Amino acid sequence: MNPRNVGEIEDADGIGEVGNPVCGDMMTFYIKVDDGKLSDVKFKTFGCGAAIAVSSMVSEMAMGKTIDEALKITREDVADKLGGLPKQKMHCSNLGADALHKAIQDYQSKQKDKEAQHG
Amino acid sequence: MAEVYLDHYAATPVLDEVAEAMRPYLSEEFGNPSSLHHRGDAAREALDSAREQVASLVGAAPEEVMFVSGGTEANNTAVKGICWAARRKGNHVVVSSIEHFSVLNAARTMAKFDFEVTEVGVDDLGVVDPEAVREAIRDDTVLVSVMAANGEIGTLQNVAEVAAVAKDKGVPFHTDAVAAAGWIPLNVADLGVDAMSIASDMLYGPKGAGALWVRKGLRLMPLLDGGIQEDGRRGGTENMPGIVGMGKAAELAGRDLADRASRVSAMRDRLVKGLLGAIPRLRLTGHPTERLPWNASFLVEFVEGEGMLLFLDQKGISVSSGSACTSRALKGSHVLTACDVPAEMASGSLLFSLGLENTDEDIDYVLETLPPIVDRLRQMSPLYAKYLKEGGG
Repeated sequence: MNPRNVGEIEDADGIGEVGNPVCGDMMTFYIKVDDGKLSDVKFKTFGCGAAIAVSSMVSEMAMGKTIDEALKITREDVADKLGGLPKQKMHCSNLGADALHKAIQDYQSKQKDKEAQHG
Repeated sequence: MAEVYLDHYAATPVLDEVAEAMRPYLSEEFGNPSSLHHRGDAAREALDSAREQVASLVGAAPEEVMFVSGGTEANNTAVKGICWAARRKGNHVVVSSIEHFSVLNAARTMAKFDFEVTEVGVDDLGVVDPEAVREAIRDDTVLVSVMAANGEIGTLQNVAEVAAVAKDKGVPFHTDAVAAAGWIPLNVADLGVDAMSIASDMLYGPKGAGALWVRKGLRLMPLLDGGIQEDGRRGGTENMPGIVGMGKAAELAGRDLADRASRVSAMRDRLVKGLLGAIPRLRLTGHPTERLPWNASFLVEFVEGEGMLLFLDQKGISVSSGSACTSRALKGSHVLTACDVPAEMASGSLLFSLGLENTDEDIDYVLETLPPIVDRLRQMSPLYAKYLKEGGG
């Protein structure tokens, strides 16, 4: 187990937090967007081995992608890239994709606010 | 790479002497104890011998010991067997909320058949209050079952006191001694119990064997109908290799109890002290002093149990956890919940169950290996980041 991209981004363009520690999993994704592409992706995870692996994999899959491409990353894609997940761990793959999408949505709503201000 | 096995609550290695004793029963001594020829007689003798060995461990008469397939069957037999046999007298059962699932779920199954179950709670150290048991007992109570010790958090119960309460109220008392047998003295007369479960695989014997001691006169409906083995209480040709192994394991456990307890608890105490000193926001669960000699169970804040397990496994250290992620049912430990541990904390559960073959070097290795793992997982954890931002650390 050697997770990549662990950490936070201080001036992140989007932050997405999902899950809750009651079920044992919590993920926070941080993204930086340059020219419509994810130039940096970092995460923090509280959860089991599958959760850690999923967040690491999602961060790798999303790195360098355009916003649209990143939004298309599904829970199934993540599970496939990991070579499959046991049935009771599939919910961890949900969290990974969801946290990434939430970070993107956060970025997009921040963008809308900026446009509204300057518009 | 070092292999350090610290999950004896899940499985123990079979002692060499036990395997030796079993070997003939896997080859030339294949007789059925019920057969009426010399081969059957030889098997019958071995069966009787094993029964005496197990009875001796708990200070009982051999004819009161029933062989079963393990701790789970012993507990199921006690709960369901005693309840079914007594159903004309009443239909209420009292158990503690921290019983092993083989007691708890057996009782809950009885609830589907018009029995009522009261689960008596515990304090935050996992101790059952005998007075709470007394209050729970009703006129129609037919069984009280409280374990001798809890294998997850290590807490020893006041078995004799609870047994006395049950006796005072005229209700049969069963104790699940699976986690405790071979580690603390368990004399059935001294404790005043009416039934007791033991498992071979917690005694460094083979899996697939166990025993239920039942005081003579206490009626029991069989779980397994069939032949009249085990005095008509459990049908089925006896698992001779397993039973012979269990007998030998019980004999060695009785002989070496004091030595084992003192040696293993010394290592355990050093592990506890070391980890409490090396890792902040880590705490011991269960009773600090009244606990099983082999149990060191912790809660590590801000990190999750399975993550710790996997990193420890990479370093050759095998342990267990009560976190929801490590359970097939994705449910956290009911024992920790009963001790009022919040779900978030319970996720960071780590259970070390020490054993006979562990050494001081094993403990040293854990003390040097776990702290960096916890650090690494905390660096990854949003909960730890939040804690630091709020001024912690």
